Amino acid sequence: MSAVRKITMSARSRQESVVVLPELVAHLRENRTQLREEWARRITEAELLTAMTKEEVFTETTSLYDNYVDVLATGAVEALQAYARNLSERIIPRGVETNEVVGIVLLLRDVLARSLFKKYQSDFTLLNRVLDAYEPAANRIAVTVAVGFVQERERVILEQQEAIRELSTPVLPVREDLLILPIVGVIDPQRARQLTEQLLQGIRANRAKVVVIDITGVPSIDSTVANHLVQTVEAARLLGATAIVTGLSPLIAQTLVTIGVDLTKMNTVCDLRGGIEEADRALGYRVARMEESSPRGEGR
Amino acid sequence: MLVPILKQGQYLIASVQAALRDADLVKLRDALSEQVGTYRSRGVIIDVTALDVLDSFACRILSDIANIVRLRGAKTVIVGIQPEVAYSMVQLGLRLDGVAALDLEEGLDYMKRGT
Repeated sequence: MSAVRKITMSARSRQESVVVLPELVAHLRENRTQLREEWARRITEAELLTAMTKEEVFTETTSLYDNYVDVLATGAVEALQAYARNLSERIIPRGVETNEVVGIVLLLRDVLARSLFKKYQSDFTLLNRVLDAYEPAANRIAVTVAVGFVQERERVILEQQEAIRELSTPVLPVREDLLILPIVGVIDPQRARQLTEQLLQGIRANRAKVVVIDITGVPSIDSTVANHLVQTVEAARLLGATAIVTGLSPLIAQTLVTIGVDLTKMNTVCDLRGGIEEADRALGYRVARMEESSPRGEGR
Repeated sequence: MLVPILKQGQYLIASVQAALRDADLVKLRDALSEQVGTYRSRGVIIDVTALDVLDSFACRILSDIANIVRLRGAKTVIVGIQPEVAYSMVQLGLRLDGVAALDLEEGLDYMKRGT
């Protein structure tokens, strides 16, 4: 019984909102200029979007306002989603923050709600019905824009992470049998895995016998990172390559000794130059400076 | 499946062709420790190129072989561990004593350099 009543009630309220919505939209379209100015004023007051010029704020607010009202009229958020994505693409590089974007959308919601209060203040029942129609739609819009912005941001972050990852782990063949793996930046488990895999592929592809792993560019080392290094060295050994770790700063060396990581299996040298010299010795290379008297383009 | 052990000059080459059961590994260990004396070999090469997994038991047996062969006065080298296998082995913390080399060629090279 009560369920039936609930259904009829919700059906009625939906019907009512259908009746009220066009009126609401018409009101918002009529007062477009005034409400938009009010909104822009509030944005300036709240010191949002400071990274953009006044004209830009004006253009963006205009199109956002129109989009907003369109969504209220049609209930279709797809166009707004596309717009939010597009907007985010444009403003994220400018340094606009999430709180600003959410803030301006919520401000618009408030400005419009105020204007509705003002218009329907004489008739409380009607005001209630108008708000019933307005609030869910407005909230959905706020969520859509915020989600669109955050998604775009996450996409940018993912892209950058990917770029860093690709850039940061080159495996460089220096001589026959000798590879250098310079590591720059923080080593996290995922990166350690990728480093090791690339190194192992490199060892196989170049048939390397010695690998110099240079960690000059690694800011800090804890026991996890140290273990990753030990694993990398061990994996290289299983493919028949000796690993030499170079670039341990005094601070890092002290840290490793203090936290008691067992690095006895690791062959370490203090700088990359020393590491390459050591590798040359192991491979039987001898690097010698050319004689002063040797002909350098002489007689040609 | 039994692992064929080939005599190649002064060396013995055990070429693993397919995934091995534990019993086969034990047989391989026994056969190698036997033959290294019979043929007075100076080195043993175990080729695991065909394996896409090396579990803890296999690692232990391979380490045992390396140690046994050393006691019998010869050297052991494991060749052909795949990069993925090597990586999962260190991830699992499996230890493999003895020398490893990239492939059979490198393994033979190592033997010739050392002896």
